[in-house]
Amino acid sequence: MLRLELFKIFKRPRTYISFGIVAAIALVIELAMYADGKNFINFALQGINEQFDMRGNILNGYLITYIILQTLLVQIPLLVALVAGDAIAGEASMGTLRLLLTKPQSRSKVIIVKFVASLCYALLLLLWLAIVALGLSVLIFGAGDMINLKSDAMVIILKDDVLWRYVAAFAFAALAMATVAALALLLSCFADNSIGPIVGTMGIIIVLMIFSTLDLPIFSVIKQYLFTTHMVGWKGFFDDPVPYKAVGTSAMVLLVYTFLFLGASIVWFNKKDIQS
Amino acid sequence: MATEIIEARRLTKSFGSFKAVDDLSFTINKGEVYGFLGQNGAGKSTTMRMLLGLIYPDNGAVYIRGMEFNNRTRHLLAYIGAVIERPDLYLYLTGWENLKLFAHLSGKEITSARMHEVLDIVGLSGREKDKVKGYSQGMKQRLGIAIALIHDPELLILDEPTNGLDPQGIAEMRFLINRLSKELGKTIMISSHLLHEIEQVATNMIILHRGKRIVEGKVADLLSPADTSVKIRLTPDEAVIAQLKNSEWKAQISSTQLGQITFKTDPENVPAINNWLVNHGASVLQINVTHSLEDYFLSLTSEDHVAAGTI
Repeated sequence: MLRLELFKIFKRPRTYISFGIVAAIALVIELAMYADGKNFINFALQGINEQFDMRGNILNGYLITYIILQTLLVQIPLLVALVAGDAIAGEASMGTLRLLLTKPQSRSKVIIVKFVASLCYALLLLLWLAIVALGLSVLIFGAGDMINLKSDAMVIILKDDVLWRYVAAFAFAALAMATVAALALLLSCFADNSIGPIVGTMGIIIVLMIFSTLDLPIFSVIKQYLFTTHMVGWKGFFDDPVPYKAVGTSAMVLLVYTFLFLGASIVWFNKKDIQS
Repeated sequence: MATEIIEARRLTKSFGSFKAVDDLSFTINKGEVYGFLGQNGAGKSTTMRMLLGLIYPDNGAVYIRGMEFNNRTRHLLAYIGAVIERPDLYLYLTGWENLKLFAHLSGKEITSARMHEVLDIVGLSGREKDKVKGYSQGMKQRLGIAIALIHDPELLILDEPTNGLDPQGIAEMRFLINRLSKELGKTIMISSHLLHEIEQVATNMIILHRGKRIVEGKVADLLSPADTSVKIRLTPDEAVIAQLKNSEWKAQISSTQLGQITFKTDPENVPAINNWLVNHGASVLQINVTHSLEDYFLSLTSEDHVAAGTI
């Protein structure tokens, strides 16, 4: 059944639009850095250059990948929501849901398979991102020590110590995308049209991200419970030392949210009257 | 002895304050073509959806081959193939891909030979490699039936299968349904809002009105020729009517009024009655043959039209 879901997803031409968007964004940033990267680095390091003598290939593939990942913070969840939000609602609007559910398959299985299929799609999208961002950037700009400029500090990660961090960061991002996919799937169960769940998922993520990033006392109590606060946990792998406890807590929160959303989807979908 | 394929027991379903199906019970036995007749909104589709587990009844239960059907016994759907309302398919896939996809979900091993066989039955051989978005409504309907048939189910549930088809498509669909029943021995449940559609294919029928069962029985009994009503309009002539009341046809006269006589008789007698009237000097203006069940069904329909203010 999973094979059939993947077949349906990857037979649709619109599925590949996401891959095109990711490639386009990565390429635009890479081209911009290729053309004007030195000025960008000088501007970014202007305060530091006065006190330190920075040598070597600073504008390298690792740094550019980090910039691309920061840029795609909102876009990738949107692209995952496009598929997961369409999983049930899209079938309902096409009318194929009722045909699907007249087959001897349990509704819980239908939901789980659709979640796993959405997750496979998200993983492939991340893999594609790794190829066009990390692979291509390293190919064009070469490797080197990576500078991570934070608001209050600068972290320099040695060249040989970077790659595993990216592998870990992509694995963490996959977990975050699983949470997004589960949320989009839950909203998809409530709708008979895929626009609602897709826009709804993005709306929830954007609003919660605002709560997560605003440093206001009123939000400080709740932000630790919001999954959006923990979605950026992958950045922890570019600290030195890596805050494993914080990263582990974030991963756990995302996992709990994923199972909550998925469980709610199963319960709701099993009770739903299919009238579409 | 009749073998029960599916049984609906006291099914009830409401949507808000609207009662779509009200305490409905019926049984479909092996080999029957069971017609489900009712005007739009009578509860036909809701009932069919409850039989398939798409909609959950508020009360009552469905039994498939004697076992209660619910979320834990969805494997029983392997005995059923269905096309509910429009045959909505994956338009971006070919007919073959659609068929293969649903064949995999049927819970049985389906060979390519079986897929070709089913496409042949519904008359889609040669078009299976085309994308479904290029299919006509009739082709989509036939592919929907192929998907319903692919796992060789005992019962086919077809919800208004002639909806949206042109006259040729309707005739082809009727031929296909008759073939599925007579040649392949399928038990079929078919819904329609047209009595003559049901009359031409069904062995048994039930009429639903506002979610309730109004009439149920064998089509041959319900549409017995003896229940045919023949209304003859003629030029007013009291002498002819007086003679008619003493003629061989007197037992079959159900009412007379000046200018109109109504008979309850077999339609085969109409030419003889017409000849008798003409031979006795009457000028026959119009002959109208209707079945009492049709009259009854039409009266239900017009009641609702009056209530809705559409006539």
